[in-house]
Amino acid sequence: MSTAARTTWLRELIRKPFFWGVIAIFALLALNVIKDPNYLALSVNPVNGNLVGNVVDILRASAPILMIAVGMSLVIATGGIDLSVGSVMAVSGAVAMVFMKDAGQSGSVGVALGAIGLALLVSAILGAINGVLVAYIGLQPFISTLIMMLAGRGIAKVITEGQNTSATNDPFRWIANGFVIGLPVVFLFAIIIVIIVGLVVRRSALGLMIEAIGINPKASRMAGIKPTGLLLTVYILSAVLAGVAGIMSVGTVMTVDVSRTGYQMELDAILAVVIGGTSLAGGKFSIGGAVVGALLIATLDKTIVFLGISSSATPAFKAIVIVVLCLLQSDRVRGWFVQRRKPPMLRTPSLPAEPKKQEVSA
Amino acid sequence: MTEPLPIVEMRDISIEFPGVKALDGVDFRLFQGEVHALMGENGAGKSTLIKALTGVYKIDGGSIIVAGQERQFHGTRDAQSAGVSTVYQEVNLVTNLSIGENVMLGHEIRGTFGVNWRATHAAATDALAKLGLEYLDTHKPLSTLSIAMQQLVAISRAMAVKAKVLILDEPTSSLDAAEVEGLFAVMRTLRDQGVAILFVSHFLDQIYAISDRLTILRNGRYEGEYLTRDLDRHALISKMIGKDLGALSSLGGNRRVEQRDYDAEAPLLAAKGLGRQGSIEPTDLDIHTGEVVGFAGLLGSGRTELARLLYGADRAGEGELTLHGKRVDLKNPADGLGKRIAFSTENRRDEGIVADLTVRENMILAIQAERGWARPIPRKEQDELVEKYITALNVRPADPNRLIKNLSGGNQQKVLLGRWLATKPELLILDEPTRGIDVGAKAEIQEAVAQLAEDGVSVVFISSELEEVVRLSERIVVLKDHQKIGEIVNGPGVTAQQIVDVIAAHGVAAAAESDIIDAEADVEPSNDPDTAHTPASAEEES
Repeated sequence: MSTAARTTWLRELIRKPFFWGVIAIFALLALNVIKDPNYLALSVNPVNGNLVGNVVDILRASAPILMIAVGMSLVIATGGIDLSVGSVMAVSGAVAMVFMKDAGQSGSVGVALGAIGLALLVSAILGAINGVLVAYIGLQPFISTLIMMLAGRGIAKVITEGQNTSATNDPFRWIANGFVIGLPVVFLFAIIIVIIVGLVVRRSALGLMIEAIGINPKASRMAGIKPTGLLLTVYILSAVLAGVAGIMSVGTVMTVDVSRTGYQMELDAILAVVIGGTSLAGGKFSIGGAVVGALLIATLDKTIVFLGISSSATPAFKAIVIVVLCLLQSDRVRGWFVQRRKPPMLRTPSLPAEPKKQEVSA
Repeated sequence: MTEPLPIVEMRDISIEFPGVKALDGVDFRLFQGEVHALMGENGAGKSTLIKALTGVYKIDGGSIIVAGQERQFHGTRDAQSAGVSTVYQEVNLVTNLSIGENVMLGHEIRGTFGVNWRATHAAATDALAKLGLEYLDTHKPLSTLSIAMQQLVAISRAMAVKAKVLILDEPTSSLDAAEVEGLFAVMRTLRDQGVAILFVSHFLDQIYAISDRLTILRNGRYEGEYLTRDLDRHALISKMIGKDLGALSSLGGNRRVEQRDYDAEAPLLAAKGLGRQGSIEPTDLDIHTGEVVGFAGLLGSGRTELARLLYGADRAGEGELTLHGKRVDLKNPADGLGKRIAFSTENRRDEGIVADLTVRENMILAIQAERGWARPIPRKEQDELVEKYITALNVRPADPNRLIKNLSGGNQQKVLLGRWLATKPELLILDEPTRGIDVGAKAEIQEAVAQLAEDGVSVVFISSELEEVVRLSERIVVLKDHQKIGEIVNGPGVTAQQIVDVIAAHGVAAAAESDIIDAEADVEPSNDPDTAHTPASAEEES
C-alpha cells in the first residue's frame, strides 16, 4: 500500500514539467562539488557580515534572467514571443547610466530613483510599441519584436553616443551589489518582483485570460475576451521586467556596454521558459517553472566558468545540457524509456534522433 | 443501353476511422463529359469519399477503377498521375506568385538552363484559354484577382496536368451569383471537352442548374444514384435527410403557444436590412421577449451568418440593429455580451471550448471577460456558480476541476450552455446546440431551452434537425441561399414538412398556406428549377 502511494507521488513529481530542471541544477552543482568539494561552502565575511560563496554568486547572476524569463513566459503563453528583451535591457541600462552621469551627485537616492524611473518608462514605451504592433496592427510577434531587437541596440547606441558609459551612484550600485541580512539585494528584489507578478497574474483573472487566448484565440474572442488590451499589457510587462533586468545588469559594474549588455539574453529567457515546461505553442504557463529555468541557466553559466571549459566550447556545452533536458521532458522520449523497460521494441529508431538534435542546437 | 464505361468507378468503398465507420460500402461512378453532384448532409461522408478518390485517405475496403484500370492510391500524387485533379473549398494557391506560375507550379517547362519562363507562361495562357480566360495577364500576381477568379485559376491549374477528372469541393461557397455563373460557364466548357466533373455544393439550386447526375450519401452509406432531372427537390431532400416526408409530417408542433400580438408588442431586438456582403443578404427580423425563434435552413443557407451578426461575432456591413428600441452597433463579441446577448457556436471545438482549461474556467470565462481581468470573480462565487450550472444542466462528471477536453461532446456543450447562462442573457443564440451529442444530452438541452423561454429569455434556436426546430420554436425563420425566404408562426398544424416545402419550393409556390406571414410576397415565380439560373442572391433583395 505505502509503496504504491509513494510510487504515484513520485510519478506526479516526475510529471511536473520543471522536475528535470531541478534535477539538472543539482546535477550541475554535484559536478562542481566533484571538482572542488568546497564548492557549496558558504562563509560569512567578517567585515560586513555578508554571505560569500559560489551559491550566492549564482543567485546574484540569476536575478536578471529571472526577470526576463517571467516576462517571457507570459508573452509565450499568449502564443507570442518577445525577442527584444535583450535590447530593451541595453536601452534601459543606457538610459539609467546616461541620466546618472549627467546628474552627478554620486550619493543621491533621488538621482538613482530618477534613473530607474526613466529607464523603466522608456522600457515600457518600447514594450508598448511591441504590443501595438502585435495587438492592433496584427504583425507577427516574431517580426515585431525582431524589429525592436534590432532597433533597441540602435536606440541604446544613440543614447550613449556609441560610447561605453559609466557613472557613479552609490544607491544605484547597491541594488546590484549590496547585501541585506547577509543576502544579495539583487536576488531579493528579483524574488519579490517575481512573487508580485505571480500574485497579480494568478490572483487576478489575467493568467486565466492569457492562457485562454494562448490555447484558443477564436473561442476566447467568442467568449468576449478582447485580446488587444491583454496583449498590450503583456508586452509592456515583459519590457518593463527587461528594463529591471537591464538596471540589475549595468548596476554590477556601473557601466553600460551597449553591444554587450543583455546580449543574447532573449535566448536565455526563452530557454528558461521552455525548461520550465511552458510550451512555445502558447497556453498554459508556469511562473515557478520559469524561475527554475532561470536558476538553471545561471547555474550552468557559472558552472562553465568554474569547470574552466574553454570559451570556444562554451556554447556547445550549454547546448548539450539543454538538449538533454529537453529530451527528458519530451513525452515521446519518455515513452521510449517506458517501452524499453518492457519489450525493447522501438529502441533503434530512438538513437539516431539524439545526436542529430544536438548538432542543430549547437 | 450501350452505356459507356465510367472513367471512375468506386466499388464497395469502406473507410474506417478509430471507432467510426466513415464510409460503409459506397459505390460511385463518374462518366466522361458529365457534371456529377455528390449530395448528402454534413457528415454523410462526401469529403471522405473525395479524399479516398484523391488519395488522401487509404481505403479499407473496395476498389477504385480509373479508366478501366484498378488503382491503389498512396497519396495525392498517385491520384494526380491517374488524371484526378481536385480544387478544394479553400483555394490552394500561392497568392504571392504570379498567375502563370500558379497555373504551372510543379509542371514548369524546362529548357537547357532551368525553367523556360517564356514557354511556361505561354503554356499557362493556353491552359487559361481553354476556360475562356486568355485575357488574364499571367505575369500579374495572383493576389490581384478576386477569390472567384482565383478559383478559376485553380481549375485551370488542375486542368494543366491534363486531368480527366476534376473534383470541385464546394467551389461556390464564397462566390456571388454572377461569379457562380462564370464558374458554371467554365464547368460547361470543360464538360463539353469531355472532362468528368465531380461537384459538391450545399446550394440545391446550383445542383439543379449544373449537374447531370447525382449520388446521394447518408451516414456513410450509399443511398442511390439518380439523373438530376428525374429527382425533384422533395425527393432529394428527403433522401438526404433519410426520412420519408410522410413521417416528417406526422410530427406536430408540440409547443403550446399563446398567440402573440406581434404588432402591439415592441420587440426586444429588431434588425432592419441587416446584412454582410458575401455572407448574408439584408434581412429584417424581430425577436420578442421570451420568444424562441427557430432558424431553419440547410447548411450554408445563411442561418449561422445571420446569427453571428446578431451577436457581433461578425460586424454587419449594412442595415441597423436595435435593442430595446435603441440602435446598437456590435463590433465584436464583447459588445454583444455587454448588451446581454450570448451566442453558442456550432463550432464547439474551434470557437467554443478552451480545451486545456477546466470546466470551471470554461464556465466563468464569459462573465470574467465581461468584468475585465482586473476584477477577478472570487473563488467562492465561482464555485457557487459552477456548482449551480453543473447541477442544473446535469454535467457529468460533475467535477469542476476536470479539463473540459476530457468530457464528452454533450457535456462540453452543457458546460458552454452554462457559460452563456451565467452571463444572464436577454437573448441567447444557440447554433446547433444538439449536433453530434447523444440523445439524452440532446433532450436535456431542449428542456433547458424551453425552460429559459418560460423565464423570459429570448432564444434563437438553430438546428439542422427540423423536427427539433418545430418542437421548440414559436416562430421559424426560413433561410436559403444566404437570405431569409420566409417566416412561419408555429402552431399545432405546422410540421417539418412545411419547412422542407418552403425551402424546396422557394420561388415556385407559396408553401404552407395561412401560416406564412411574409414569405414570398415579392418574389416573382420565374425561379423555375429547370432554368439554368441560380436565384441565389443579389437581385432578390427585399
